[in-house]
This record gives sequence, C-alpha cells and structure tokens, in this order.
Amino acid sequence: MTGIADLKSEKKIAQIEAERKIKVGLKDSTKEALTAYCFLAPNFLGFLVFTSLPVFASLALSFVRWDLLSAPVFVGMQNFVDLIRDQHFWKFCWNTVYLMLGIPVGMVGSLAVAMAMNQKIKGIVFFRTAYFLPTISSGVAIFILWRLIYNPDFGFFNFLIRSFGDLIHVPLNGPSWLTDERWAKPALIILGLWQGIGGHNMILYLAALQGIPNHLYEAADIDGANGWQKFWAVTWPMISPTTFFIAIMSIIGGFQAGFDAAYIMTGGGPNGSTTTVMYYIYNNAFQWFNMGYAAAISWFLFTIVFLFTLFYWHFGGRVVHYD
Amino acid sequence: MIKSGSEKSNATEIDVEAIRRRKRLLEALKKSVSFVFLSIGAVTMVAPFLWMLVTSLKEPGQVFSYQRAWIADWVPTSFVWKNYVKAWQVVPFARFYLNSIFVAVLTTAGQVFTSSMAGYAFARLKFPGRDKLFFGYLMTLMIPGAVTMIPNFILLRWLGWIDSYKALILPGIFTAYGTFMLRQFFMTLPRDLEDAAKIDGCSYFGIFWRIILPLSKPALATLTTFTFMGTWMNFMWPLVVVNSQEKFTLPVGLSYFQSMHHTDWTVLMAGSVMMLAPILIVFIFNQRYFVEGIKLTGIKG
Repeated sequence: MTGIADLKSEKKIAQIEAERKIKVGLKDSTKEALTAYCFLAPNFLGFLVFTSLPVFASLALSFVRWDLLSAPVFVGMQNFVDLIRDQHFWKFCWNTVYLMLGIPVGMVGSLAVAMAMNQKIKGIVFFRTAYFLPTISSGVAIFILWRLIYNPDFGFFNFLIRSFGDLIHVPLNGPSWLTDERWAKPALIILGLWQGIGGHNMILYLAALQGIPNHLYEAADIDGANGWQKFWAVTWPMISPTTFFIAIMSIIGGFQAGFDAAYIMTGGGPNGSTTTVMYYIYNNAFQWFNMGYAAAISWFLFTIVFLFTLFYWHFGGRVVHYD
Repeated sequence: MIKSGSEKSNATEIDVEAIRRRKRLLEALKKSVSFVFLSIGAVTMVAPFLWMLVTSLKEPGQVFSYQRAWIADWVPTSFVWKNYVKAWQVVPFARFYLNSIFVAVLTTAGQVFTSSMAGYAFARLKFPGRDKLFFGYLMTLMIPGAVTMIPNFILLRWLGWIDSYKALILPGIFTAYGTFMLRQFFMTLPRDLEDAAKIDGCSYFGIFWRIILPLSKPALATLTTFTFMGTWMNFMWPLVVVNSQEKFTLPVGLSYFQSMHHTDWTVLMAGSVMMLAPILIVFIFNQRYFVEGIKLTGIKG
C-alpha cells in the first residue's frame, strides 16, 4: 500500500516538476518576446506612421492628380508619362548631375587632406577642427554668408580677383557668380567643395589609412619602392573599399541634394540653372500643390537611389580589394 | 681576408646609417610639406567665418565701400554691436531661438529614447520576426526623404497639425538611422555582465537601464550630437510645415529675415553668427563623438 502510494506521489511530483519546467520554459521565451515588443513599440509605431506607410502612400499618390482642394483623380501612369515629356524635368536632372562634378574633385581633396593628417604632425586637433567647421555648420547661415562672398561688387571672391589684378597690373573683374547663368553652378560646386572636403569623407579616408598594416609599407621599402609607387601599390588598393563606398554614397546623396543652398542663394535661378530634382519636387508639392506629380518625381529619385544601392551590394565585394 | 671582411661590414654600416639619415630627412620633408599644405587649407576653411564675424561688426556703409587694401578691410575700425541688437529687434529672433532649442531638445530626447529601446530589442532579445523587421528598418535607410515627406505633409494637414510644434517634432523622432546605429553598438558590448545580472534575477528593463545604457555612453553621445545638430540645421521640413512667424525655427526665421532685408548685410551676418555659435560650441566640445559616429556607421545623421 505504502509502496504504491509512494510511487504514486513520486510520479506526481515528477509530473508536476515536468509541467512546471514546460510552463516556465514557455513563459521565458514568451516573456522575452513580449518584452521585446514593448521595447520596440514606441519606435515601431512612429516608424510605421512616419516612414513605412508613407512609402506606400507615396506610391499610391503617384497615380493620382491631386491639388489638396478638390478630390484626388486617378490618372494611372499619366504622371510618369508627363514626367518623361517634361522638358523642365530633364533640364533639372542635368543640373543635378552637373552639380555632382564636384564629387570626384572633393574625393581627391578629402584623400589628400587625410593623407596629410596621417603624418602625425603637430596641431592635428586644431587642423581637424578647422577642416570640420564648414561641414558641421552647413545650413542657412552658411548659405547667406556665401551669398555675400559671391556678391559681384563687394564680395570676398571678386575682392581677391581684383586684388590679384592690382598685383599684376591688369584690371581683373570677377563674374557676377550667382546671377550669371554660366557661373551659378560652378559657384555652388565651389561652395560644396569648401563644405565637404574636410568632412565625413576625410574622416572615413583617415580611418581607412590608419587601418593599413605597416608591414605592407615595410615590404614595399625593402623592394625599393618610392613614395609614388607605394601609393599606387599599397595605399590605393587598400583604401579602394572606402573609395567605392564614398563614391556611391556621394552619388546617392548628390541626386537628393541642392535644395537648401539653391533656395537661399539663387531661388533656383538664374533661368532655372540651379534648380535640382529635389527643388522641383518641393516646387511641385508645396508651391504649386501638384501632389501626385511631385510623388511621381520622388519615385523616380527613389528608383535611381535603389539602382545605385543594388550596384553597391552587387559589386561592393568584387571591383574592390578587401584584405 | 679578415681585414677585407671587416672593411666590408664597415661599409654596410655606413650604408645603413646613410639610408637611415636619408629616410629621416625624407620623413621630415614629408611632414613639413603636409604641414604647409594643411595650413593653407585651414586658412581657406576658417577665412569665411572670420569674414562673417568681421562683417557683422561693421557699420552698414562699410560693407559697400570696399577697399583694395588687404588689412584695412579685415580689421573692423569700430565694433558695432548694434547689428546684433538690431537682429533681435527687426525680427522675433529670440522667439526663433527658443523654438529651435525646444524642437531640437525634444526631437533629440525622443529619438535617443525610442532608438535605444528598439536598438536593445534588436540587439539582445529574441522574438518572432526579428530579422525580417530589422531588414525592413535597414531598407528604409535608403529611401529618399522626398518620398516620405509628401505623404507626411498630407497626413499632418489632415490631422490639422500644420503650423504646430507637433509637426516640427514628431516625424523627426522615429528614425531607422538611430535604431540601426545603436543596435550596431549594442552588438559590440560583452554579454558576460548581462548573463550575471540575469542569474541574479535582474529584469530585462533592469539590464537595459543599469548595464546597457551606462556602457553605451559614447554611442548615445554620438547620436545625441548628430540628432541635435541635424535638427538645429534642418531647413526644408520646417519650411514646409510651418507658416506663422511664432513657429519659425532659426533657419526658417533667418531665411525669412533675408527675404525681408535683402541687402542689410551687417545685420544678416550678425544673425548668422548667432545661429552658428551654439553649434560651433557643441561641436568643439564633442569633437571625438563626431569622429567615432562617422566611423561607426559610415553615414552621417
């Protein structure tokens, strides 16, 4: 009797314990998941409302005509057809690409500054701060300042040009920069170079240069390589992933750039010569209230950015040298 | 035989010494060239700021009567503080300032709060659909701001939130970028401390609050600095959603001021100096966080 009872109670205890284990086990993973959702919730809800759903809403918008006052009208692919036929749009695309001419120049500049800073010279903190100032202070204040710098009569640039003319006894006069259709885009490119050379790309290059193992240079020394050869045989291949990354990121950024500076400095002019794709989207959406057309242009932009991102994913590991 | 051997070793010694000397000389030459190059660049970078400061201290008439003398143009003959006073009087500059501070502080606090929590969930907790959701977050990093801006404007207009602080602050709080950046940083933290805390019966929130956050001060400082400065400088979004002067942030206010007083250069420069001053101060004290932040993600905020 007692033996059987003992056995029974033992069985029971084992059963209870097993049950508890399952219960606790379930509870642990469920609890973890529930906690995770709680941690995610604030960010995820906002992300859903202000990022995820707007992407789909924007796609839907690109198929309608809507001025926000009357009801939206479904027009199918009409916005995209209009876009392809829109002479202005292609001109502004050209402007955007033209302004990207500064990218390669800026990259060479960034690399040169990074290589100079990699020499362990004195005052490095001062130099880094000085070079970073234009980047971090990008914004309306800087664009107003550069409007003054480009002023044809009393701006700093033409002051320099005139002073140089005095020096060589030739009367030199600078162009009227921002109000001259030929000079407005170069003016914005120069401003972009000033802002960008000492900025993020320079820091990325500096990090890449510091990551090159020293023994590679020592080996090159033993082989009797000169500085030029060492650059092309060691430095350049070792930093090529960074170069590729910076180039793609700059192009992606370049397609979306140009609004703030042009809005403050030129208003998109003269004669539309500094209006970029982004500026055209702004004008369509918030000046003329062509919501559908603006959404269509933004999807054109998205497609380009997407293609370049795919390009990066696909070739990132191939065309460049990874150590 | 022995003699010639020692002579030979002597010769190589001299050779090595000469090579070393040449190398040192080359190194010094490289350093001085770099120094000169960097100095010229640094002057180019800083000169426009000095020009701005000098102009902001001039009498209005002095800007137009440009002199060909180099020095005379750079040293202000009188310090005209009244340009700064005028900037505060002509437009409600104080109001713009307060708006900018309010918007930047709330956006930054909100973003650091929600991003760190979401980043912790992605980095440390297991839950169904985690990897898919994180991939979704990553994908949105490449979506141009223009795509979401138009529907967001329509949404806020529909809610009746146009021209409100909500419109200025809310969309800036929930970014995939902050979540991504902090998740990347949390992944690099050692797990030992958390495991020990778990055995001691610490809750997930306790681990997050007492272990993860204190260990992540550099990353949090980076995100704080990036977000604050990005919001402070942001121009397009405030321009789109705000239309009354009382809600203007500094960039929109300054742009409005420019459109009103197109040629009042001394006052315009005074306003610009005041807009940039806080940013320059924040930057000079948080420099290293910038550099670390750029290295961590490769992209700017």
